[in-house]
Order: sequence, then structure tokens, then C-alpha cells
Amino acid sequence: MTTTLTPSPRTLSTEPRRSDKVFRGVVTGGGLSSLVILGLITAFLAYRGFEVLQKEGIGFITNSEWAITKDESGNIIESSFGLAAMLVGTILCSLVAVVIALPISVLSALYLNFYAPGWLKKFLVTVIDLMAAFPSLLFGVWGFLVLMPSVEYWARLLNRHLGFIPAFEVYPPYFTRSPFVAGVVLALMIIPIITSISREIFAQAPLDRIQAAYALGATRWAMIKAVVIPHGRSGVIGGAMLGLGRALGETVAVYTVLNIVFDINWQILLGAGGNVASLIILKFGEAGEYEVKALMAAGLVLFLLSLIVNAAANLIIRTTGKSGR
Amino acid sequence: MTTTATPSKPWEKSNKDRVRDFSFFIFAIAFSYAVVGVTEMKGKLAYAFIFFVAYAVLVSVFGFITRGAPAAKDAFVKTLVAVGSVLTLIPIASIIFTVVRNGLPGLKLNIFTQDMSLAAPTDPLTNGGLLHAIIGTLTLVVLALVMSVPIGILTALYLTEVKGRFSGPIRFLVQAMSGVPSIVAGLFILSAVLYPITKNYSALMGAMALTILMIPTVARASEEVLLLIPDDLREAGTALGGTQWRTVAMIVIPAARSGLLTATILGIARIAGETAPLLLVSGGGDKINPNPFSGSVGSLPYYVWKSFNAGTAESLTRAWAGLLVLMILILIFFIAARALSTRKVSK
Repeated sequence: MTTTLTPSPRTLSTEPRRSDKVFRGVVTGGGLSSLVILGLITAFLAYRGFEVLQKEGIGFITNSEWAITKDESGNIIESSFGLAAMLVGTILCSLVAVVIALPISVLSALYLNFYAPGWLKKFLVTVIDLMAAFPSLLFGVWGFLVLMPSVEYWARLLNRHLGFIPAFEVYPPYFTRSPFVAGVVLALMIIPIITSISREIFAQAPLDRIQAAYALGATRWAMIKAVVIPHGRSGVIGGAMLGLGRALGETVAVYTVLNIVFDINWQILLGAGGNVASLIILKFGEAGEYEVKALMAAGLVLFLLSLIVNAAANLIIRTTGKSGR
Repeated sequence: MTTTATPSKPWEKSNKDRVRDFSFFIFAIAFSYAVVGVTEMKGKLAYAFIFFVAYAVLVSVFGFITRGAPAAKDAFVKTLVAVGSVLTLIPIASIIFTVVRNGLPGLKLNIFTQDMSLAAPTDPLTNGGLLHAIIGTLTLVVLALVMSVPIGILTALYLTEVKGRFSGPIRFLVQAMSGVPSIVAGLFILSAVLYPITKNYSALMGAMALTILMIPTVARASEEVLLLIPDDLREAGTALGGTQWRTVAMIVIPAARSGLLTATILGIARIAGETAPLLLVSGGGDKINPNPFSGSVGSLPYYVWKSFNAGTAESLTRAWAGLLVLMILILIFFIAARALSTRKVSK
């Protein structure tokens, strides 16, 4: 007698295998590392700087004195830490940088996308990417030894011929190592960033509208004004903010060309500025335990500032990319 | 009789156009010389400025006469955008030129065979070198590589393969992380690892700070590469009965191999010249330190920084030579990344 074996139906499951569960777990863990690292940075800087932040309170960002007095045995008698002058200086340098870099970057992005012949475009894009890879130390040393004399001369020209504009007033007439010099160096460092972002945004301009503009007899400039600029405006603003974020946190290049003074100074051509990141390098070498805590708090302020600027910039860029308009 | 029409390209420049453009160019140069000679303005700045103004005015006026106001504006803008690109190129050319000119005299053979343990930055160039700095930079890069590449690629895999719940926020955070100031990364390692745990400068501390800066670069570049891998490959892997793990490990990653290598090299180029965090956590020793986990370690940026701050003629030559070596190193990484990225998806 023969028996027929009926195979039992195999079970189908969408449940991932164990190997896949492990895989997903590991990858998710790796993916969450950026969250963990950013969280740890905030937590540790806040923890170390807590003592100083608590003592100084709001004065930490509104006072501009940075002084510590010790007796002979090294005990702290008196201390006062305020970042106001440094924050004003940081923002001033970065704004100068963006004001100089933005027009140059937008013009070169337009040139690359709509004017340059193919071979030249390839060459220029490579060179600009290379410039983005140059270390900040290189900009610092070059800026100090080569660029600074010229920029000081330009500052004098600006002051002599455009001194009636409040922004170019200088009193006393001392031009060496001013926020303007630092701003020019920073501008050179952020030009590649703003250029490449503007270039990408401009390249996304809808081709049908570009063709339509040409078909209506528009010149190249008329086409750019009618199609490319409306499309790319907010993206370019995002790129400029990204450059601003980079400029805020730049350390070595600014430190070499800026004269750090603990007084609030709004004159961009006057040789007295401030910078949070440079302050950390300047004071770190001789800092005692308590002053290092103050520097940690300063680092926290700088970190949060650049994080906010960066986040806003990325939001702007992303919304532009999505809407396509 | 049949005639064959010769192909004509009316949009191309004729010889007459070329002569005209060239004469505009010459005229603008002559004009700038004349103005600088006659008036009290002087210097290279004045030449360049007047040349561009003269050229822009000339082409706009010509455009206005031949084709009217829109053409004049178009010609003016064309000059303006070209000026923008020239302004971008000048600093790059100047940086490369200065570094090569000032660095070459300091590029003696002995700087690649000696360290600075028996020399001061102000000594003559025949004494001491940057061997320790090159070895230190390589140590730092390798350690940072070991830590950051796995994390960076895992992040990219999460964003492209797993596509989990947190994709949006993580993409955002990675972008935010690429904006972390380098000095803050140094301060973080100082406060979180160096002070409470190791209490000693070491290459590992420097590498950890560099890792923070390198992860976002690697993650973003890898994500772009993985997005380029066609979904057909993933579907083929699944259709053959592969689990997701096998598909990613055996198909997706091998296919993206050279692109992932490019991402890594871009990350290296990003951190090789980083100075600020190393000033805080690496110590900047003057002799070769064989132990990467303890003791201060020198690096090229630190060496340049020390020599630059010493301020004498000899030490400045040292600094330039160090910068030249650093620039060549970064250039090599950059060219390697370029060469590999031309074929992002390997066969």
C-alpha cells in the first residue's frame, strides 16, 4: 500500500532573520552616533562650564572683562569672565566675511553655470574644491605674511575715501590686525563653500523655463534675472548662512591675523577685535583649572551659536531643493 | 549641376569678432595705463580696477550701439561674472605660488630624516626636521580613520538601506555636525576624555577629536555614493534569496567600493591639516613617539604652528617648508579622490 506524503505548507514570514535583526541593530546604532556625539558635546561642555556659568550668570555674555587675579600660592582672589567683546568681534568678522564672499561667490557660480565653456568649468570647479580642502593654518600663515599688508592698505583707502560712511570710521587711526583683515581671510575661506552651494542650486533651475526664456528672445542676463535668481534666491541665502556658520567657528586663521582686545568694538577697520575661538587658543596655554572651565563655557556658547546658524542654513537649503521654486 | 551647401555655424565667433574682442581688450589695458599714468591713483589695484571698468564700459557701449539696451546689460553682466571668477582664482594662485616659492628653500633632505628633539625652531635648517611630524600626522590620520570610517559608513547605510524612523532627524544632525567648530571638538575631547580618564596628551586624543570632524564628511559622501547604486542590484540580491544583510554586504558595498574609498579620502583631506583641536589635546612633542596611546605627539600642523610662532627667518622658512609638505600631502589625497570618483560605481 502506498501512502502519499502531503508536505505541510511552509510558513511564510515577514519577520526578519536574526542576522538581519543584528544588522539593523548595528546600523541603527551607527546612525544614532551623530545624535550621541552632539548630545555628549553639549552635556560635557555644560558640565565643565557649569560652575563659571552659574557664577557669572547672564554676565557671561553681557560683560566683556576677562580677568583672573591670583595670590602668591595660586589661589584665586578674584575672577571675572565675560564674552561680550568676543561675541561682538566674532559676529563682526563673520559678517564682513559674508558681505565680501557672497557677491563674489554668486558671480562665480553664475559664471560657472551659464558662461564658462566646458573645459574651463571643469578646471575651475576642481580648483575651487581644492581651495575648500586647504587647511585653515595655510590661510592663516598666508594671510598674515602676504595678504595683511595689502588689506591694511585697502582699509586706509576705504577710510580715506569713504570715511563719511559710519561703518568705515576709525578712531584712533590704527589699522593693524583689524576685524576687516580677519574678515577678508575668512571670506577667502568661505568662498568655495558658498560658490559650490550656489552652483548646485542654480543648476537645479528648471530647464524648461530657461529654454522658454531663450525662446522668447531673452538675453542670457534677462534669462538669469527671470528664471535663475527667483529660483535660487533662498538657496543662496542658505549657502551664505552655512558660510557664516563656518566663519563663526574658524580658529587658527583668525588667531594669526586678529588683534584681540577685551573691549567691545564695532569699528571694522580699527585694529582691535575679538573672537571666541581665538580666545580659547589664546588663553588655553596659561589657563589654570578654573579658567579652563570658563573656556569650556565659552566653547559651549560658540558651539550652540554655530549649531543654530547651521541648522537654520540647512533648513533653508533643503526647503529650496524640495519645492524646486 | 548639384551644389553642396557648406555647413555654417552662425552662432560661432567669426574672425572679425575675435579681432574686435581682442582690440577691446588691448584698448582697456592701454586706457588703464594711461589713467594710472596721468592721475594720482597708483598700484596694481588701480590698474586692475580701471581695466575692468574700462572693459565693461566698452563692451556695454558696443552692445548698446549694435543691439540696444538689453544687449548692453548682458555684456556688462558677462564681464562682471568673469571678474567674480577671477577674484576667486587670484587667492588660490597666490597661496600656491607663495607656498611653493617660500617652501622650496627649506625642503632639504635632512628634514625628512631628523626630528626636532635636538633642535629649536630657530636653528639653521641643516639641524632638525619634520620626520616626527609626518609620522605623527600619519598616526593621527590612521587612528581617526579606524574610528570614523565605520561610523560614517554605518550612518550612510542607515540613511540609504535601513531607512528607519530616524532618517530625517539623523540626516539633519549629520549636517549640523559638519558645522561643529574644530576647536569645540578639541574642547570636548579635553573635557570628556583627557581630563577625567587619560590625563595625558596622546595621539589617540588628537585622533578622537579629528574623528568628530571626519564622521560627517565620510557619512555625507558615502550616502551620495550609496544612493547612486541602482535598486535593481538590491532587488536582484533579494530575489536570489539573500537577506538584507547579505545583500548589503555582498552586493551593495562591493558595488560602491571605489565611491566609499573616495568618501574616506575626502575625509582624510578634511582632517589632515586641522590644527585647532591638536593644539588642545595632542601636546605637540618634538620627537618621534612610538606609542600612539600615551605621550605627546607632533604633527605637521603643530610643527608649522610652532615654527611660525617662533618668528625668526629660519623658523619661518621651516614653517613654509612644513606647509608645502602638508599641501602636497593634501593634494595627493585630493587627486586620489578625484581619480577614484570618476568611476563611482565599480563594475
